[in-house]
Amino acid sequence: MSFPWAEHYAPKHPLMQWVDEKLPLPRLVYNAIGAGYPVPRNLNYFWNFGVLAGVALVIQIVTGVIMAMHYGANDLVAFSTVEQTMRDVNAGWLMRYAHANGASFFFIVVYLHIFRGLFFGSYKAPREMVWLLGLVIFLLMMATAFMGYVLPWGQMSYWGAKVITGLFGAIPVVGEPIQTWLLGGFAPGNASLNRFFSLHFLLPFVIAGVIILHIWALHIPGSSNPTGVEVQGPQDTVPFHPYYTAKDGFGLGVFLICFATMLFFAPNFLGHPDNYIEANPLSTPAHIVPEWYFWPFYAILRAFTVDFFFVPAKLLGVLAMFASILLLFFLPWLDTSPVRSGHYRPVFKKFFIILLIDVAILGYCGGAPAEEPYVMISQIAAAYYFAHFLIVLPLISRFEKPLPLPGSITESVLAKYGKADGEIAAVPAE
Amino acid sequence: MRRRDFINIAAVGFAGVGAVAVVVPLIDQMNPSADVLALASTEVDLSAIQPGQAIKTTFRAQPLFVRHLTDKEIAEADKVDASTLRDPQTLEERTVGGKKQWLVTMGVCTHLGCVPLGAGEGENRGEYGGYFCPCHGSSYDTAARIRKGPAPKNLEVPKFSFTSDTAILVG
Repeated sequence: MSFPWAEHYAPKHPLMQWVDEKLPLPRLVYNAIGAGYPVPRNLNYFWNFGVLAGVALVIQIVTGVIMAMHYGANDLVAFSTVEQTMRDVNAGWLMRYAHANGASFFFIVVYLHIFRGLFFGSYKAPREMVWLLGLVIFLLMMATAFMGYVLPWGQMSYWGAKVITGLFGAIPVVGEPIQTWLLGGFAPGNASLNRFFSLHFLLPFVIAGVIILHIWALHIPGSSNPTGVEVQGPQDTVPFHPYYTAKDGFGLGVFLICFATMLFFAPNFLGHPDNYIEANPLSTPAHIVPEWYFWPFYAILRAFTVDFFFVPAKLLGVLAMFASILLLFFLPWLDTSPVRSGHYRPVFKKFFIILLIDVAILGYCGGAPAEEPYVMISQIAAAYYFAHFLIVLPLISRFEKPLPLPGSITESVLAKYGKADGEIAAVPAE
Repeated sequence: MRRRDFINIAAVGFAGVGAVAVVVPLIDQMNPSADVLALASTEVDLSAIQPGQAIKTTFRAQPLFVRHLTDKEIAEADKVDASTLRDPQTLEERTVGGKKQWLVTMGVCTHLGCVPLGAGEGENRGEYGGYFCPCHGSSYDTAARIRKGPAPKNLEVPKFSFTSDTAILVG
C-alpha cells in the first residue's frame, strides 16, 4: 500500500525491536504518517486541511468529554447545568466556548477540505472511495452537530429540534410515526434530549472510525497533488515526515491562532442570543435559524414554496435538501474529464468560481429571514447548484479542451522554481 | 439438497430470525414511553371561559388553543364561502357536536411550527380576527382557517369530545 521506494521501518533500539515483533504499532504509524509514507513533493497549503480537521475532531472530543462531566441530560436541569458549567465550574467557560467555536472551526476546515477536493479533482479515480467516505464523515458531522446544538436546551435548541425533526414529518404516510419515534414523544422533550446526548457522545467516535477508513483508502493510491499528475518515481515524492509534518505543523499554528482569537475575543459571535433563554414550548423565537454551517442547505430547504403536482412544497424542500448532499456521492461519475486539477481546465475553473459564489449566496439566504427577495434568490441559487453538478460538469467534461499537462510532478516543480535557480532544482525539497 | 446445505440454511435462517427479534425492541424503545403516552390526552374545563375569551393549554407537549367564540365571530366564519379557501373547511366541520362556539385547535402554525398569537389577552389577532403568526405573517380567521401568508393548512383541530356540557377530553 505504498510506493516501492518508501523507507523501511528498522528499529535500532532492542526495546523497539521487541515491541515491533509483538505489536507492530510503531511500524504502522511510521508507514502511515512517518518517513515510511512517500507524498508528492508539490502539495500546497490546501493539503493542510485534512490534518486540521483531524485536530478539530480531537479538540471536540476532549472538550466534549469534559463538558459531559458537568452536564445533566434531563430537561429539568440541562439548561442550568450548562449555565453552571459557564459560571461555576473551573475553566468551564473555556471548555464550552472551545466546544461551541470548535464545531464552527471543524466545519470551516472541512468545507475548505471539500472544496480543495472539488477544485483539484481529488474525487476522481482511483480515489473515489476516499471521496465517498469523506461524504459519510460529513453527514455524520452534520448529525452530531445538530444533536449537540439541542443539548443546552435553550430556545434555539428546542425550536431547532422541532423544525429539523419536523422535516421527517413531511414524508407522506410514514413521516409522522418516524418523527414521533425520533423524538420519543409528540414534541421535543426529556426523551429526545436524553437520546440526543447519548448519540452526540457516540457519533464522534464513529467519525473517528470512518476517518481511519478514509485515510486507509487514501494511502492505497497515495495523496493527489496540485497538478493532478500521478507520481511516477522517487523523484516525485518526499517522505511525509519531516516534510509534511513540518508543513502541517505550520498550518496548525495558523489554525490555532485563528481559533484562539475567536475563542477569547468573540466567543458568541457565531451563536444566537436566543439560546441563552431556556426552552419554552409555548413561545417561538421570532427568527429560527440553524447554525451558519447549515445555512446553504437550509436555503435549499426553504427555496420550495409551491406544490408540484401532488408533491407538497414542504416535502420538495426536504427532498432537495437531502439530494443536495446525496448528489455529491455521484460526483466521481458525473465529472468524466480525465484531467484532475482545475489549474489545467480553463472552463471548469470559471464554473468552479461560480459554484463558490453560488454556495456563498445560498449560505447568506439561509441565514436571512424567509421573505423576499431572499426566497427568490435562494430559488435561483439552488437551481444553479443542482445544474452545476448534473448539467454543467458533465457537459464541460465532454467539450472542454484542457491545457497541456506537465510530464511529471518534478517537471512542473522545476518549471516553476528550477529555471531561476539551478541549485534549488538539484535539491528541490530542502 | 445435501444434508449439510440444509443444516447451513436452517442455522443461518434461525439466527436471522433471532437477530430480527432482537432488533425489534432495540428500535421500539425509541417510541414514546408509557409516561409520555399517559399525557396523550388532556381534559379541559370550559366553565370559566367567557365568550370572546381563549385559553392556552398544552396537549401532547404542544400548545393547545381553546376559544369560546362570540356570536359575531361565528357569523363572520359562516359568512365565508368555504370553497374559496386555501384549505376548505366550514366552522361546522371544525367543531364538535354542533357546539360551534367551542373552537379547539393546536397552537402550532402549519407553516414552520411557530406558536401563533391571539389566544392571550390583547395579543395581535391579525386582519381576519383569529390568530396571527409573528414568524412569517400567516393570518388565521375566527375559525382558525388560513387566510393569508405562507401557511398551507388551517390550524389543526385535534380529536376531542365533550365529556359534559362544560368539559372536553382532547386526544
